[in-house]
Amino acid sequence: MKGVSFGQYYPSDSILHKLDPRTKVIMAVFYIVCTFVCKSAAGFLALTLSALALVFISRIPLRTILRSIRPLLFIIAFTSLMNIFFTQGERRLTPESWVISIYVEGLWSALFMTLRIMILIVGTSLFLTYTTTPIALTDALENLLGPLKKIRVPVHDFAMMMTIALRFIPTLSDETEKIMNAQKARGSDLSSGSLLKKAKALVPILIPLFVSAINRAFELAAAMECRCYHGGEGRTRLKVLRYRTRDWVAMLTILVFFAGIFALRYVPWLYIMG
Amino acid sequence: MDRQLSEIFIHTENLAFSYKDEEGKIESPALRGISVDIREGEYVAVLGHNGSGKSTFAKLLNLILEPTEGRLVVDGFDLTDHELTDEEVLALRRKVGMVFQNPDNQLVATIVEEDVAFGPENLGVPMPELRERVDRAIETVGMTEYAQHEPHRLSGGQKQRVAIAGVIAMLPKCIIFDESTAMLDPGGRREVLDTIRMLNREQGITVLNITHYMDEAALADRVIVINDGELLMDGTPDEVFAQRDKLQSVGLEVPQCAELVHSLRESGFAIEGEALSTVEGCEEMLFSAIEKIVG
Repeated sequence: MKGVSFGQYYPSDSILHKLDPRTKVIMAVFYIVCTFVCKSAAGFLALTLSALALVFISRIPLRTILRSIRPLLFIIAFTSLMNIFFTQGERRLTPESWVISIYVEGLWSALFMTLRIMILIVGTSLFLTYTTTPIALTDALENLLGPLKKIRVPVHDFAMMMTIALRFIPTLSDETEKIMNAQKARGSDLSSGSLLKKAKALVPILIPLFVSAINRAFELAAAMECRCYHGGEGRTRLKVLRYRTRDWVAMLTILVFFAGIFALRYVPWLYIMG
Repeated sequence: MDRQLSEIFIHTENLAFSYKDEEGKIESPALRGISVDIREGEYVAVLGHNGSGKSTFAKLLNLILEPTEGRLVVDGFDLTDHELTDEEVLALRRKVGMVFQNPDNQLVATIVEEDVAFGPENLGVPMPELRERVDRAIETVGMTEYAQHEPHRLSGGQKQRVAIAGVIAMLPKCIIFDESTAMLDPGGRREVLDTIRMLNREQGITVLNITHYMDEAALADRVIVINDGELLMDGTPDEVFAQRDKLQSVGLEVPQCAELVHSLRESGFAIEGEALSTVEGCEEMLFSAIEKIVG
């Protein structure tokens, strides 16, 4: 499992990659709100165009992004069908004699829900997972949630736990493979049999893995103590996050966009959701 | 840099430690009272077989474990005569750094340079200086081109060098290596040992190398042998390797070339000299002995 890449980070040097991670978190939040505020056909057109623009700016192939939607196709299809069949409206499409009643409003809301879910996924993954490394994201969250320290939320500790978890994912995944090979060499069968049998076969893998993870934790704790770790107090940082001009421009853009989407709620073009 | 061996850096008097069980009862002592003086700038190897107490000794020196008895003075500061404050413990750990056995379990960050920065960050070193320290430490261990790499993609020797950089970025006076080469392949061991030697010779850092490899002990200025929690021997590598039988009685073997000299002497060959710790030394002793026989 060497070279396993966790998350979906797609290395590139687009402007979206270069933005401060905090900017991207803020933008993602606004973008999510935008998708929920949006109620008109004009608004969804604008959202769709903006999502396509983001894909273009990020320089990530559209195919890679569409792949991330695939696992959610079922949910999208399910919500669409629910909307088509169960939305009541005024303009009925199917004849009155049919049991199944489909309204024009149902079709619109199915379309809007589909777009909403897809744009939600594409937008957040473009701002966060595709263009921001997990570690940068952790730093951003520690920084943005910093004020919560005043009410004794252990923000630094959570961020440190997150960092260590990210650091040890590749180490532990290598170890899992080693243990699996060791158990296979002793004749354990991991791939056949019923679900229950497969689950049972996992026990001899999970137990050594947990024991080793706990031992590693003890050693790491001693090593951290040796390097004078004593919590977040009085700590300086090598990499200090700094907002640059492009970050302010980006945040201004998302604000204007948000205001625009809000205004488009009232534009009576094609359809406005009730 | 001139190496000064005048100042005593670590002074222990009957230093003892016992592990306690869950009810707080004392189990068999791991260290039974060790008195030793280590001078500033010395390169000391601490030898012993598994379970001899050598690692316990190392962990006492920067208070990862607290001594149960005896006196410990580091850099003129008595650590056993009063309850220590957190600041005092931090000050000690800044002075006495430690590199552990498993390179994977001591790296904290996901990027090499950020891991090296971890120690000085904890000390609150402010920014332009922090950057300088990190860059210099990475350069010292020869890992500059890997500064932006992820640690898990490095070799064992490289990871261990990153761990060393993480310690030297804290500007310690002394570094303890707790079997830091035990998990490395021969190439990785070479890298780490060369780095240790360079730190001692060029930066004047006091080095304690806890090991069970005889050839590593031979590189030190001084060898301390610990057995069953007690100090068994203390001297130069040549002096220690001269006492082969005593070493064997506690389960340690002298290096192969010293073993050869000892065996030949036992079979009645007169070989003069004491340079048992290096291959070159043994070679010279054998050569002059052969010359004498051949006439």
